[in-house]
Amino acid sequence: MNFFRFLQGSLKIIFKGSKNYYAWLLFLLLLIIWGAFGYYGQLSHGLIKTHMRDSVSWAFYIGNFTFLVGVAAAAVMLVIPAYIYNWAPIKEIVIFGELLAVCAVIMCISFIVVDIGSPMRFWHMLPLIGTMNFPTSMLTWDFFVLNTYLIINAIVVIYLLYCAFYKKHYNKSIVIPLVFLSIPMAVGIHTITAFLYNAVPSRPFWNSALLAPRFLASAFCSGPAILLILFQILRKVTKFEIKDEAIWTIAELMVYAMFIYLFFTVNELFKEFYSGTEHILYWQYLLFGIGDNHEIVVYSWSSIIMGCIAFFLFLIPSTRKNFLTLNIGLVLIYASVYVEKGIALIIPGFTPDVLGQIYVYTPSITEIRTAVMIFSLGALLFTFLSKIAIAIIFDDYNIDSLSSSKLVSNTHS
Amino acid sequence: MEKENSRRSFLKNISLATFTTLAVSGCNMKAIDEFLQQNFRTLSQGEKDEIVKNLEAKYKEKYEKDTHVSDKPAMEGVLFGYALDLSRCIGCRRCVYACVKENNQSRDPQIQWIQVLQMEKEKGIDYAHSTVHYNPEKVPEQGHFYVPVACQQCRNPQCTKVCPAKATWQEPDGIVVVDYNWCIGCRYCMAACPYGARHFNWGEPNLPVEELNTEMHYLGNRPRTKGVVEKCTFCVQRTREGKYPACVEICPVGARKFGNLLDPNSEVRYILENKRVLVLKEELNTQPKFYYFFGI
Repeated sequence: MNFFRFLQGSLKIIFKGSKNYYAWLLFLLLLIIWGAFGYYGQLSHGLIKTHMRDSVSWAFYIGNFTFLVGVAAAAVMLVIPAYIYNWAPIKEIVIFGELLAVCAVIMCISFIVVDIGSPMRFWHMLPLIGTMNFPTSMLTWDFFVLNTYLIINAIVVIYLLYCAFYKKHYNKSIVIPLVFLSIPMAVGIHTITAFLYNAVPSRPFWNSALLAPRFLASAFCSGPAILLILFQILRKVTKFEIKDEAIWTIAELMVYAMFIYLFFTVNELFKEFYSGTEHILYWQYLLFGIGDNHEIVVYSWSSIIMGCIAFFLFLIPSTRKNFLTLNIGLVLIYASVYVEKGIALIIPGFTPDVLGQIYVYTPSITEIRTAVMIFSLGALLFTFLSKIAIAIIFDDYNIDSLSSSKLVSNTHS
Repeated sequence: MEKENSRRSFLKNISLATFTTLAVSGCNMKAIDEFLQQNFRTLSQGEKDEIVKNLEAKYKEKYEKDTHVSDKPAMEGVLFGYALDLSRCIGCRRCVYACVKENNQSRDPQIQWIQVLQMEKEKGIDYAHSTVHYNPEKVPEQGHFYVPVACQQCRNPQCTKVCPAKATWQEPDGIVVVDYNWCIGCRYCMAACPYGARHFNWGEPNLPVEELNTEMHYLGNRPRTKGVVEKCTFCVQRTREGKYPACVEICPVGARKFGNLLDPNSEVRYILENKRVLVLKEELNTQPKFYYFFGI
């Protein structure tokens, strides 16, 4: 038994696939190249290639980061209901949830890196070699929890696959404590990401105690949406078994999450609009625009409308249990949360700015290309990891198949 | 045999190439030193002096001008404070441009540390109805007053609290400074500042050589680089030498006052004791050392 053979086996499997698989890889590769040239422009000329300026100093990148923290968190939080409702097969749900979490966290960190003005100086905020402002700065907390979360999930998932590869039973006393640790960590990463914004009283739009609860509720809509789509695909193409009832139960849990999210938002809106203080400006900019500046109104309302349609599709049992309407709902809620976190959370925090000036921000083509690059890289990584996991768990790909295939190829040559 | 040979020569070539690259980049050793430089606050006086000397050499090469870069620390018994007379300010923006010149701000992309807000007298201090883009033939305009805003040099600064790398801090004389060599450019401080006082070098800063101010301070007006945050330092290169900030000197109506808050005989202390004084956004508990007052 050695780790090198496991890596070798894993590498071998990711290059084996159907025409469709290669077409998918090629498609991702083209997107990555297209995006990377955009990012290269930013690297050489600076963040001036984005549409961020002093007034709106954080924008699309940080929005994407926040969205992906939610995805990473929810993918693992799904383990709780899976455990409570005793959906078989829990091990597979854990593996795919954690794989998604690993990819999402890597994408989160990438979005932070592309947003930094001097990325080569990243080490300045590390402990020991730099001067980390811990525990005062929430950014250092976020960095700490995200990395811990990444490491824990990576260890669990690699260990489980490694054991399966060697046809050995995994050690429960290693895996179960780690999984149980990663669940509160999942809540932790999203809470601390919310605190990142919550921590700045100069931005009244974020300075609400409901921010973290709203983050968690919205994450519980978007994260399971991806997993449910994934589970349906896995069920079609592999031996993966998940009962319809389990999918419907997850969908039902998502309705509760959506309802809680809606409730929190109504609370927020009531407080802001009824009291009508000067802090109402940010919500006004988001929902109706101020003066002639309506640029992000279309984003906010599309997010609201998509979210509401998804809510009703999931609320009504007959549409929830119909796979066509269920899947429409999944795509809509995912898109809704993406627009909400990507645009509607960050931009109004900065518009109008602290001195009341309005700078109209919408993402530049460089920002969009860079985001496409990161999302495609994440998708590529997730494709590779799932390919390995599927082969090992469902197709009995193991150490023997590695050596026997070698034998075959040897005899051929 | 031949194969072996080619492999050996390949190895030889590659090590030669590496060596040459290193030799050619010998002049880049300084860049490596700069890259590895530690947080300014953790350095010894000797290291600081060394860095300052290297900077002067670097600027000599870049601008072909002799410069003086100071690393003078805060003086004992000094806490700088500022007072601005709202009843006198006419919104001429001379302070804005004097500041740009004194502090070597980038001209393109344009960075200005002072923003002058034009407000309506009827509404009082109301940011939502203010504008920085006023452009009449003549100031002041009827029915308006002007509030210039730069760093408020808070006693309880939000910006230094959120910085993940301790690249910005409050000096013993109360000035909030940035180590431009240590800032990673995450811009968390800009999100945290309630006064819009922090500015980012979104692109490579451009500064005409003939307008370079050669009297510099490491924590103040030395030229910045792309991807770092900068802000008002009460002209640390001047005030630690006993001079007034550039904006105080240029103000044609004498609206700007500056001095030592710990000196009971200073002008700022006189204003605090005898005039009606206010600070911006006091509800945020930032406790600025920049006061606004009504002199007449």
